[in-house]
Amino acid sequence: MADYHWPPADKRFLIGKSFTRLDGPAKSSGRAKYAYDINRRGMLYGKMVLSPHAHAKVKSIDTAAAERMPGVRAVLVMFEPGKEVLWAGQEIVALAADTEDQARDAARAVKIDYEVLPHLVSDVTPEKAGAGRTSAGSEAKEGDPDAAMAAADVKVEGTYGAGIITHCCLEAHGQVTEWEADKLTMWASSQNVTGIAGEMSKALSIPASNVRTITQYMGGGFGSKFGADPWGPACANLSKKAGRPVKMMLERDQELIEAGARPSIYAKVRLGAKKDGTLVAWDSESWGTSGPQGGGNPPIPYVMRAPNRRTKHTAVLTNTGPGRAWRAPNHPQSCVITMCALDDLAAAIPMDPLDFFLKNIEFTGERGKSYHEELLKAADMIEWKKKWRPRSTQDSGPVKRGLGLSIHTWGGGGHQSNATCTIHPDGSVEINIGSQDLGTGTRTIIALVAGETFGLPLSAITVNIGDSRYPASGASGGSTTVGGVSASTRRAATNALNELLAKVAPYLDAKPDDLEAAEGMVRVAQNPGRAMTWSQACAKLGAAPISAAGQRSLDLISSGVGGAQMAEVTVDTETGIVHIEEIVAVQDCGLVLNQKTAESQVFGALIMGVTYALYEEKLMDEQTGLCLNPDMEFYKLAGLADIGKFRVHMMTGPGYDERGVIGLGEPPVVSPGAAISNAVANAIGVRVPTIPITPAKVLAALEGAASTGRA
Amino acid sequence: MEAFAYARPTSQKEALASLGGSFEESAVLAGGTDLLSLMKNYVVTPKRLVDIRGVKEFGGITRGAGGVRIGATVTLQELADDAGLRKDFPGIVAAAAAVPSMQIRNMGTVAGDLCQRPRCWYFRNGFGLLAHDPKGKPLVPGGDNRYHAILGNEGPAYFVNPSSLAPMLIALGAAIEIAGGAATRKLELDKFFRAPHGENQREYTLAPNEIVTAVLIPEGAANWKTATYEVREKQALDWPLATASVALRIDGGTVREARLMMGHVAPVPWRAQEAERVLAGKAPDAESAAKAGEAAVRGAHPLSGNKYKVQLARVAVKRAILEAGRA
Repeated sequence: MADYHWPPADKRFLIGKSFTRLDGPAKSSGRAKYAYDINRRGMLYGKMVLSPHAHAKVKSIDTAAAERMPGVRAVLVMFEPGKEVLWAGQEIVALAADTEDQARDAARAVKIDYEVLPHLVSDVTPEKAGAGRTSAGSEAKEGDPDAAMAAADVKVEGTYGAGIITHCCLEAHGQVTEWEADKLTMWASSQNVTGIAGEMSKALSIPASNVRTITQYMGGGFGSKFGADPWGPACANLSKKAGRPVKMMLERDQELIEAGARPSIYAKVRLGAKKDGTLVAWDSESWGTSGPQGGGNPPIPYVMRAPNRRTKHTAVLTNTGPGRAWRAPNHPQSCVITMCALDDLAAAIPMDPLDFFLKNIEFTGERGKSYHEELLKAADMIEWKKKWRPRSTQDSGPVKRGLGLSIHTWGGGGHQSNATCTIHPDGSVEINIGSQDLGTGTRTIIALVAGETFGLPLSAITVNIGDSRYPASGASGGSTTVGGVSASTRRAATNALNELLAKVAPYLDAKPDDLEAAEGMVRVAQNPGRAMTWSQACAKLGAAPISAAGQRSLDLISSGVGGAQMAEVTVDTETGIVHIEEIVAVQDCGLVLNQKTAESQVFGALIMGVTYALYEEKLMDEQTGLCLNPDMEFYKLAGLADIGKFRVHMMTGPGYDERGVIGLGEPPVVSPGAAISNAVANAIGVRVPTIPITPAKVLAALEGAASTGRA
Repeated sequence: MEAFAYARPTSQKEALASLGGSFEESAVLAGGTDLLSLMKNYVVTPKRLVDIRGVKEFGGITRGAGGVRIGATVTLQELADDAGLRKDFPGIVAAAAAVPSMQIRNMGTVAGDLCQRPRCWYFRNGFGLLAHDPKGKPLVPGGDNRYHAILGNEGPAYFVNPSSLAPMLIALGAAIEIAGGAATRKLELDKFFRAPHGENQREYTLAPNEIVTAVLIPEGAANWKTATYEVREKQALDWPLATASVALRIDGGTVREARLMMGHVAPVPWRAQEAERVLAGKAPDAESAAKAGEAAVRGAHPLSGNKYKVQLARVAVKRAILEAGRA
């Protein structure tokens, strides 16, 4: 009998090797159909009317003129008059028309009367926000920060932080909905194909069994596509009213305004160390905004936690689109705050930050040994010891070079996941899971785990996901998908295999326990000559396929990873423009199933990291209450020419593999902001306190330093 | 986008006949890279588009006794790829090649570059070219003006001229040819642009029933050394923060005459006359280039959030001079 455990290194057939994702050709050729690509017979186009005011009471909504516009088939009021909208972009009316342009024109004909109320949309401190616009977060104390700070040989104080950015999914949020009698099908761009079916049934008051949701492919979610959202049920209701399928995808500006934001977090930090570099104290007051609601408490100090510390957080309530989970929620901002403060402390001692981090590695807790290894590996890759120079010891000339580092962590684990595995008499194999591929390579991972179990190549496995009719699986968030689906697939496949072995054993004159499936054969493990091919074995099933189920189990997975990243940048001190020369990323995530898609996660995270470190900013205008850059011209994303050279190293082998499978989506996106900021500080000799590091901020920092004689 | 009528004339006469008496009535469509975005966002809503790409005489680059004639519908990529221009006017080619994205360079045209509308985000968000709130309060001075003007910004216009080509063309003394009614007029390019004083004015002096048909670079301009330097935050798909285009007449290692233009710093392409005087009679070396850069921004009045652009403009002028001097 086969057991569930992951095979030891010398028995691995597919695990740990590099495989190109199975859906690559479909995606790159355009055959892959995203929600955006779904077109149904008689389909209408839905559009929403959003509040143009950041804070207002909706006095009345008049849709009469819109209803008379050409092509309009259904109009739905989404907001109750008399209530207040709390940000510009809140949904008021949805309507559906024959063409997208007709729907847009009709949306402009809706008349809404507002009583405009005072707003706050700026990303300001709690003091500036004023009374009634803050909510107290957590306060915590450990050890004796005051005494430790007083006794510290070296003290630094600074303000650090990260502004608001959006998710900017390249495929906007949205869906196509279609009714057949009282049954609803929804093609949604979703991270949660199983979960949103339930949400839709609740919102529409129909049995859950009447809802089918489908997400075969999606163009980015990053934590912003867990829910059915207001536009999911609205689209279904428009469909119902019109008796026609409706496609309603957000426009680009709507995507940036209302479909999620990463909260800002800033902190005023005081830090203390001994002369020898030992970290002794941390004291921080942090704040930030996540829109009209409070928002979470940031995990600061992040990873490297001084033994004596005090933290206090305050949320600022603003009239801006609410925050949503953004790839490693709160970690990138907390990482910037902590790692930049630590880097400034190292510079003040003065000490090479690599030595400083290694000296204090015990304060990272139980993963200290991994961090130590990862820092040394990254330093070796980027030649830190050869290249690093203290701040302000640069060559002449306007272009300065610098190195910076950062470390990070994430949990992972595996969400609830159910899989079924079917072995057909013709030898073909299917896995069904109600999960979805965010673009991370989930399909490929499932095929790999099944192939590993059966000793078959990936191409022999058919993976069916992205449909709520398949066995329930969790939302793809928090780097929990690979843990969930690899464990459920492994168990379902192993259960199916054991049934097959039991069937086949008599034909090989063996006990099922003595058999194994490997290299395309079913054979006696101790006597591989006694064997039959996979097809021959499956043929013994006669007419009835085997179908077995499996559920995620904790023995195959675990949680908690770390990584170290180092960046090398050049800064043109005459223009303030930062150029990424190289970033090296060293990452652990337990047992790496597919080397290539694992590395791809890190590469993608680094691109996203460069983008938020240097360019991305959701800019709000206090005068009008509106977002100024809800477009792809001034909401800036890094292009290929901007990202520099990346190198990735995955920590594998003894000490890592036996931890089991752990997710990887979030962790590598945490460090780039801090590593790049530290590299810029190393290059120009002074800290640019907040990200994104724009030319204006670099020049202001240089000017500030020049006027105080610090650089 | 509101519904519109579409005309595709094949001759200049037909094209002019298709135009109406106001910008609300008709708009000239060439590459459409800017106009269609504005229409999709309902910033402009012309009733009829007159697509001039089918008019042969509006295309082509020709050389004659009077200099070089660049047709209105020549694309930015055609301009960047032209071997003759590359040799004689590297500053023009650099400006055209720097326009972000292959897509825009392949579709966008020379006249379109000159006639594109400002990228001021208040304008693009529907608050008008001069960016006032519904009560008439100007939004730029008290708002986020990081990309706005640092020169010529006394109001009411605070946007920056977005043209990539105009600074270099003006430095070379270029003119444009404008067809309208029965006549064709020729206008110095620097007289084409203006800082509007009211919402009834555009930022250029083209009448709604006129079409820019060509850009003319005068004979002799090829003897000038040219360079364009752009400061941009991103290398991929980004508009410049500040640019400088220079044309230098250099004789025996000394600048005899200099024309220094700055882009993206004022509501019009901005001529740095004081800097021109500073540079004249000097070698185009690091010291004189730095002094010229300094002089170029001497009159700058940054708004609340764009002081950094003064430094960027200063550096752009300096670096453009050094590059032209090396050419």
